[in-house]
Amino acid sequence: MPLMEFQGKQIEVDDDGYIINLDDWTKELAQHLASQDSVTLTESHWEVINFLRDYYKQYQIAPMIKILVKEIGKVMGPEKGNTKYLYELYPGGPAKQACRYAGLPKPTGCV
Amino acid sequence: MAKLPKPEELSKIDLKPPKTDWMDTPVEFKEDMYCWGAKGKNLKVVEFPNARDWSPKEEDWKLPENWKEIVMEAFGDRLSKYRSFKLFMDICVRCGACADKCHFFIGGGDPKNMPVLRAELMRSVYRKHFTTGGKIFGKTAGARELTLNVLKEWWYYYYQCTECRRCSVFCPYGIDTAEITMMGREFLNLLGLNIDWIAGPVANCYMKGNHLGLEPHTIKNSIEFFLDDIENITGIKIEPTFNRKGAEILFVTPSGDLFADPGTYTAMGYLMLFHELGLDYTWSTYASEGGNFGFFTSNEMGKRLNSKIYAEAKRLGVKWILGGECGHMWRVLHQYMDTWNGPADFLEVPKSPITGTVFENAKATKMVHIAEFTADLIKHGKLKLDPRRNDHLKVTFHDSCNTSRGMGILEEPRYIIKNVCKNFYEMPENTIREYTFCCGSGTGLNASENMALRMRGGLPRANAVKYVHDNHGVNMLANICAIDRATLKSAMEYWVPDVQVCGIHELVANALVMKGEKERTLDLRLEPLPGKAEKEGNE
Repeated sequence: MPLMEFQGKQIEVDDDGYIINLDDWTKELAQHLASQDSVTLTESHWEVINFLRDYYKQYQIAPMIKILVKEIGKVMGPEKGNTKYLYELYPGGPAKQACRYAGLPKPTGCV
Repeated sequence: MAKLPKPEELSKIDLKPPKTDWMDTPVEFKEDMYCWGAKGKNLKVVEFPNARDWSPKEEDWKLPENWKEIVMEAFGDRLSKYRSFKLFMDICVRCGACADKCHFFIGGGDPKNMPVLRAELMRSVYRKHFTTGGKIFGKTAGARELTLNVLKEWWYYYYQCTECRRCSVFCPYGIDTAEITMMGREFLNLLGLNIDWIAGPVANCYMKGNHLGLEPHTIKNSIEFFLDDIENITGIKIEPTFNRKGAEILFVTPSGDLFADPGTYTAMGYLMLFHELGLDYTWSTYASEGGNFGFFTSNEMGKRLNSKIYAEAKRLGVKWILGGECGHMWRVLHQYMDTWNGPADFLEVPKSPITGTVFENAKATKMVHIAEFTADLIKHGKLKLDPRRNDHLKVTFHDSCNTSRGMGILEEPRYIIKNVCKNFYEMPENTIREYTFCCGSGTGLNASENMALRMRGGLPRANAVKYVHDNHGVNMLANICAIDRATLKSAMEYWVPDVQVCGIHELVANALVMKGEKERTLDLRLEPLPGKAEKEGNE
């Protein structure tokens, strides 16, 4: 399993760079992962990350994008409840990129 | 992962064969053409041998010392157990009829993706170890030793075959090359050489009942989300039941329909149809997977994962089982379930409570495909349909490999589509029905790290879609398979970006006039129906 070094600690990640042990996650780690993609995490980014982590805690899976869209719309207003807004925040895809920063396993879609 | 080349680059296919003879051309692992190796924890869950983390990219695959004995012993065992396997090892005359029929060869040009040569990878070892001629004459008789390089070649190419069986249709002997790939994967699994995109779902399904690992409350939450949307669209509140004892029918569908677009719209379609019929049915959070990725590892694992469907039917005391739109799920249910886990003599021969039709074809398995069920409803005039609601769509139908070649469901989906849509166009005839082209990502190859393989494999199908798109303006590719819905979406975005993908029950539910519904202005995707509003920009 590949290892990533962060703040003097070896962190296990999978082949796509998602962390293996969810307990390894910290806010600093999220910022670090984002900075590697030249992304600065703003309040809007954190709204998404926090929602993903809460959802995962309850359901043990990353949410469908449309659930994410709907919930973000509820919290942040209808002008932000659309996929376009989420793609602006996370150009690598709100599911894949945001889940990686949030410390969730890689979303699988349909298998 | 390398960046996927642009379509105009990827479609330049190099058909020049290597200079050296195939046996002397070692396997080369090409970027984006193979999947990640199975994680140890996923193999451990189902007690598969040699559970450890490994990577196909590394030189050392961490194999057990006696790996060769393990394979050869299993080879001998399966030859004596399955006469079909023995026959397929012996009878190929290398006529070449199959050579250019494989979507991976057509879209990739690698000679070892010609079904004849893919099978030869294994036949050569068979000859060396199990035939007198091969033992004596060796290479001259097309025989070779099983070496580590040969094993790696098997791995690379048996995870570049989707077991779609198109080649078999053209084989004058009827050799089922899918069975050779199945054996190849069965041997590889004895050494812990699975891919993680299969091993993960298998472990999930074994622990939680479905490939995605959805917990009971997650399934319920997902369906409730659909019900909210349905209420918005129709004004009708639907209240399905879960794990209900005494229901007449158990409904089982692939978990992908509950968690990935556009399969979710198909799931909404099921919910609306069953509500309108007043069907006495239940969902199960235990038998919550129609698909079976175990089938892509070994016969035994397929059987273990399949067992929960009959077990749940028995526990709930239903009369028969209705199954959703899925492909490989039906190969398993139609051709394996009865002998694996049957006979299901505690169930009745399926009979539609709406039309009284007895599904004699499902007498043994007691499980009916929803396309058969719905086609029968339409034939008997039991549904009120308004096909104009699908007027914005020009539809073509992709036959899934397993439902067409594996069980002959060819007419029912077409009959349904023609009754719910006015614009239907067939793709060229050598690409549909039993000649259908694979989506390019079946048998658990729908990962993301092998995207070049998937897009190459999807090229022949996409090319046929492009033909009807260019000639008739087709903008919707309908199908009856959850893997198709997920994978063709990527293939269309890449090759024919104007075409969307849907299951047929999405189209049915759009057209279905329900009792007490409000005037509909939105389709199941929450987009305006034709003539109801200015079409807004797509998201």
